Amino acid sequence: MRIRRDRALSALILLPSVVAVGVFVYGFIGWTAYVAMSNWNSFVPDLSFSGLRNFADLFQTPRFQIDMRNTLVFTLAFLAGCLGIGLLLAVLLDRQIRGEAFFRNAFLFPMSISFIVGGTVWQWLLNPSTGVNLLLESAGLGALKSPWYTEPRIAIYAVVIAALWQMSGFTMAMYLAGLRGISDELREAARVDGASDLQLYRHVIIPLLHPITLSAAIVLGHISLKIFDLVFAMTGSGPAFSTDVPGIFMFETTFRGNRFAEGATISIIMLVMVAVVIIPYLAYSSRTEAEA
Amino acid sequence: MSETHRLAKTALALLLAVAVLGLVPGTGLQAGAAKKLEIFSWWTAGGEADGLKAMFEVYKKLFPGVEIINATVAGGAGTDAKAVLKTRMLGGNPPDSFQVHGGAELVDTWVKTGFMESLAPLYKSEGWLNAFPKDLVDIVSHQGEQYSVPVNVHRGNVLWFNKKIFDDNKLKAPATWDEFFKVAETLKGKGVTPLSLGDKNKWEAAHLFEDILAAALGAEGYRGLWTGKTSWEGDGVKRALDTFARILNYVNRDHAAFVWDQAAQMLIDRKAAMNVMGDWAAGYFTAKGWKPNVDYGFAPAPGTAGLFVVVTDTFGLPKKAPNREQALAWLKVAGSKAGQEAFNPLKGSICGRTDCDPKKFDVYLQSSAVDFTKNALLPSEVHGSAAPEGFATLFNDILNLFVTNKDVKAAQRALQKACVDNKMCK
Amino acid sequence: MGRGRPRATRVLLYAILAFFAAFYLMPVYVLVNNGLKSFREVSLSRMWAPPQQVTLEGFGKALRELAPNLRNSVVLVVPAALVSAALGSVNGYVLAKWKFAGADVVFPLLLFGMFIPYQSVLIPLVQFLQWLGGLLPVRLYGSITGLVLVHVVYGIPITTLIFRNYYATVPTEIVEAARIDGAGLIGVYRNVILPLSMPAFVVVMIWQVTQIWNEFLFAVIVTSNPAQQPVQVALRNLAGSQIVEWNVQMAGALLAALPPLLVYVFLGRYFLRGLMAGALKG
Repeated sequence: MRIRRDRALSALILLPSVVAVGVFVYGFIGWTAYVAMSNWNSFVPDLSFSGLRNFADLFQTPRFQIDMRNTLVFTLAFLAGCLGIGLLLAVLLDRQIRGEAFFRNAFLFPMSISFIVGGTVWQWLLNPSTGVNLLLESAGLGALKSPWYTEPRIAIYAVVIAALWQMSGFTMAMYLAGLRGISDELREAARVDGASDLQLYRHVIIPLLHPITLSAAIVLGHISLKIFDLVFAMTGSGPAFSTDVPGIFMFETTFRGNRFAEGATISIIMLVMVAVVIIPYLAYSSRTEAEA
Repeated sequence: MSETHRLAKTALALLLAVAVLGLVPGTGLQAGAAKKLEIFSWWTAGGEADGLKAMFEVYKKLFPGVEIINATVAGGAGTDAKAVLKTRMLGGNPPDSFQVHGGAELVDTWVKTGFMESLAPLYKSEGWLNAFPKDLVDIVSHQGEQYSVPVNVHRGNVLWFNKKIFDDNKLKAPATWDEFFKVAETLKGKGVTPLSLGDKNKWEAAHLFEDILAAALGAEGYRGLWTGKTSWEGDGVKRALDTFARILNYVNRDHAAFVWDQAAQMLIDRKAAMNVMGDWAAGYFTAKGWKPNVDYGFAPAPGTAGLFVVVTDTFGLPKKAPNREQALAWLKVAGSKAGQEAFNPLKGSICGRTDCDPKKFDVYLQSSAVDFTKNALLPSEVHGSAAPEGFATLFNDILNLFVTNKDVKAAQRALQKACVDNKMCK
Repeated sequence: MGRGRPRATRVLLYAILAFFAAFYLMPVYVLVNNGLKSFREVSLSRMWAPPQQVTLEGFGKALRELAPNLRNSVVLVVPAALVSAALGSVNGYVLAKWKFAGADVVFPLLLFGMFIPYQSVLIPLVQFLQWLGGLLPVRLYGSITGLVLVHVVYGIPITTLIFRNYYATVPTEIVEAARIDGAGLIGVYRNVILPLSMPAFVVVMIWQVTQIWNEFLFAVIVTSNPAQQPVQVALRNLAGSQIVEWNVQMAGALLAALPPLLVYVFLGRYFLRGLMAGALKG
């Protein structure tokens, strides 16, 4: 009987959260999907049904096509950069460095800065007539100057740099935590077997870090798919939409252009992109947990 | 257990402190008492803010005892402010009055959708039908009733130039785009950027193009763009786009990193010689200590002599304005001679009214006021008068792409499609 | 480990670390350096040169402009973080320690809420807050209260995750022992779980305080009245003004970044510990 009461209590405790998330997440997604299939594209709501036409139209819009390409490029570069830099820094810090705490805090603190502040600062830093270019010039490295985000072909990479600055420290912290969890005995055993440092890392340590790589990739991946504030504050859409992302497109078309259905359509597509990444991961991690 | 107790006590103390903090007015957790007036605009700094404050002073003298809440949201040409305003209006939380561009922006977004009260009675009682030019009153009207009060008039099609650079090189302001290219070549040879542009916010490039369109099509042709009489895929628009592509060769390469006032700053810094922008640029020059005809010169944008592209800021009355009485009082001030004479010289624009004292205005504004009475008045598209916002955002997007890829055919096709989609053309 | 390592490798190591440290700290230098300049001296073209005359006028003006918004952010963050932490704790407890039929479904469903793009819910969120606020005698849409509610709800997934993972490491024997002594669901929580929740609680608070303080999209949409907006939105407005006062802007950016930065600097080691305890592994 106690068990039954406790069961009822646990359900009761979870209920507010389940209801809240049910409404604010699933309910709203449902509503957005509904609007995405309507004709509401002016200030007056028009919720007549239009099926999937908004989606078809959107995929034929040049701006959206560029957005998709930008998202792909950004996600790949951002993921590779964060994981690479994060791993590198974690490995270096794991080597009994003097002043480790200083370095660790220096690498991690950008995570506590908002994307708005980060975007604003990097806007100045990568402004071609000042910022980093100025620094390079005064260091005699003028040849390395770049047009950064004013050149459509490389503008997205300027934004990637800013994003790396904000998030690679977090990746480093995850890897560092993982490295600390690899026992000394394991390393000693490998060394006794004659493995060099490089082999140690390649064949023992990095494979052991795979779960962290996966988690980090998921967290970073879903951030990059819905990124908005950083790009909005730093470059806006950029020349020829070279730094435009679906998040910005959605904001502008909804709140400046009054095209609510188009904005909802973009939102649903963003959601699908995130779901494609997240749902398999959730399934995988709950299965591995059940096995553990 | 003591750690948890400490935890709980800290949490409670924090919540209490926050509750007290929250009761301080302004956080929305407490309702105020005194008479209030909330004015929403994007006039956050410089001459614009000064002009607005001057109008507040006039209001306070005539209607004392009212707390004026100056709700401003920054972002040139009001792009961010509009997003904020719309969420407020949709959420049933309107300000008492808000700044809105006269024309399509007012009518399509707010009047046709039933958000605004008619001001026809106010126009009659204040005698405004005689004080404002008919064309201007038409811009703020819908089906014969007026819905807002034009506080000012800016001119969109102005060419600004650094007078010293021009004098040094014995150049004259180009009257056509052909002359512009000659002048530009000379300047390029001297290592000066002929035309500065800062289009980070996209609308600045569209603004330049709008003036090129006016030059290429003339008054009638230009007006026809918004009704479907002039085709976006026609020769006139093609000529305008070709000219635009050519002009872009004489523009600073890093234009995507700057906004309009930074482009104006390039003239002051002698980095560039010319700039095409609305006459709020004059307000910027004034704030930086530059004098008209001494430091900077002005002329109608090439090819647009005799045309006046109108950008007008107006104030209306939202239907559920929380302080309706004060809002009406505000509108009276905004439409009055005293109010407009206080506001416009500081803002750097001319009065909507025709009876403002010219002596209160500087050299440029006096000449603009004369042009206003004599020239053909054209509604600005980029600044909300000529076309609905759905079209305006697409216009900016299409031109943003064009600035980089210079694909005339694609731009024309996209513009025509945007026109049809927004029910302006067939 | 590190013994007999050639000096060259060691030097290279430090060089790389120093390079990256410079990369990460460079923006802070820019903010502080230009925030301390006067309006006349500050300019984009001289952003790297130290101030000829250090002045606090930039900070002063930024503080004056942003003070109401800083206050709004505090009023927003403290309740939102506390309430979402409390909910996360009880949820995590139930999900970790009381296996029942629906648990395996409820948890992933809750967790998914952590990943949704906020853009996907903006429009219905606004309408719902309007409706709910009309139902209750409280203004939700267009107020900090509404934003607190929003952040509490969208914080539930991650706080539940962190607490659940943390409580999963509590040995079941202890829970069992308490139950044998007669404690029920609530008793076990009060006597066993809550007292040892501190580490997870700290991690959750650090995460939530930083996230909510730094959040922009919901803030700009839900509190659309500039007087009520949190500091991130006000900062962006500062950046969008006509005549840009760079020194004020940079000082303002630093001021807006300071609170979570301080939270992190002083409590950061708990956060790292939490990360190492697998709190965010998911």
